[in-house]
Amino acid sequence: MSPDRRDFLARSGKLLILTGAAQVAFDSLLSGEPERAPNYRTSDHWWAMIIDVEKCIGCGNCVRACKEENDVPREPFYFRTWVERYHVPGGLSEQPQVDSPNGGYDGFEEKYPPGDGSKSFFVPKLCNQCSNSPCVQVCPVGATFDSPDGVVLVDRKYCLGCRYCVHACPYGCRFIDPRTRTVDKCSLCYHRITRGLTTACCETCPTGARQLGDLKNPRDPIHEYLRTHKVQVLKPQMATGSKTYYNGLDGSVR
Amino acid sequence: MGALFGHREHLVRVAALFAAGLVVFLFLQALLVPQDFGVYGHYRAGALDDNRARPLAHAGRSTCVECHTDVQEAAKGGRHEKIGCEACHGPLARHAEDPSTTKAVRPDSRVLCRRCHATNVARPVRFPQIDPEEHAGKEACVTCHTAHNPGAEKGGENKGATR
Repeated sequence: MSPDRRDFLARSGKLLILTGAAQVAFDSLLSGEPERAPNYRTSDHWWAMIIDVEKCIGCGNCVRACKEENDVPREPFYFRTWVERYHVPGGLSEQPQVDSPNGGYDGFEEKYPPGDGSKSFFVPKLCNQCSNSPCVQVCPVGATFDSPDGVVLVDRKYCLGCRYCVHACPYGCRFIDPRTRTVDKCSLCYHRITRGLTTACCETCPTGARQLGDLKNPRDPIHEYLRTHKVQVLKPQMATGSKTYYNGLDGSVR
Repeated sequence: MGALFGHREHLVRVAALFAAGLVVFLFLQALLVPQDFGVYGHYRAGALDDNRARPLAHAGRSTCVECHTDVQEAAKGGRHEKIGCEACHGPLARHAEDPSTTKAVRPDSRVLCRRCHATNVARPVRFPQIDPEEHAGKEACVTCHTAHNPGAEKGGENKGATR
């Protein structure tokens, strides 16, 4: 081994490492900011949703509006949001009867007789926009991800349709779109909230049972709401960091 | 040691093979992984813009009342004042863009009103509910009620909600 060769190897090794670092730096310079919408900065927002179970009347407006807004297949079993009816005989939380005819798309016909000693209520469901989402953790290709403003989004161009995330979601919020064979889910109307509009479900909810909130905006009424109401997330034992807060949630809700 | 350097030629061949493999890998990686992958995390930064680029279906209440100030005025102070227009009239972003080509369809009050106001034990107790047949027979709701301001009835007796 001549010292010349050792010197050469050391030099070229350093050069390789430095070129790699320079390339990474250069790449991030070239790609620039993703914000092409002028007044929207992802770093200024952290989106969340409030569901007031005591205000939901089960009209199905949110389900219909969501399908229209997000081009969700009209057949049953494809939902970005849906409404469940809970019927708890004798008020015993262990044995709830749950139904959701067509996801609540056509509203709910009266099914249970009044005054039979049971309690009934509606629970709207949607993606919980977890900050520690199981679905993001299992995606093998980075096609589903937490956006910098706190929304779990899907990259349709990158999705393989492997269904890992469909299994991983503890809330059953994901489905495979039969037309594209890629996964789809509630995007919290990302195309609307980034333009200063509210989501389609909040826009059409007649009783204000759904409210979009921005946790990074100090003037957003969501802070006052969370302070003054006893809220709960779904399946807190899963430690998903859900950002969909339910007011008046019954213990029987799964 | 002597034996190792005796096979120097073999080692060089293996090293060359590895180097060639590395070059092919780096080339393919540069070719296949998008430029913006990994800028914010383990995903394509451009996917944010893709999600943002979807077209709107619902224009939103603030857009509706830019033209329909009369309806906004009529609903003022009423129980339906805060309800979004598209909650009943459906998605109308295309109408808002070009009102001449896309028109809103007047909803059938017999179908529309009962979605919210037909008696259902699962609804909140204080929410106004009626049995449509018992309450009005086959009459359309708008015969007596003003949809945009149901508190201000069109004459006649206000039967009120049963629950």
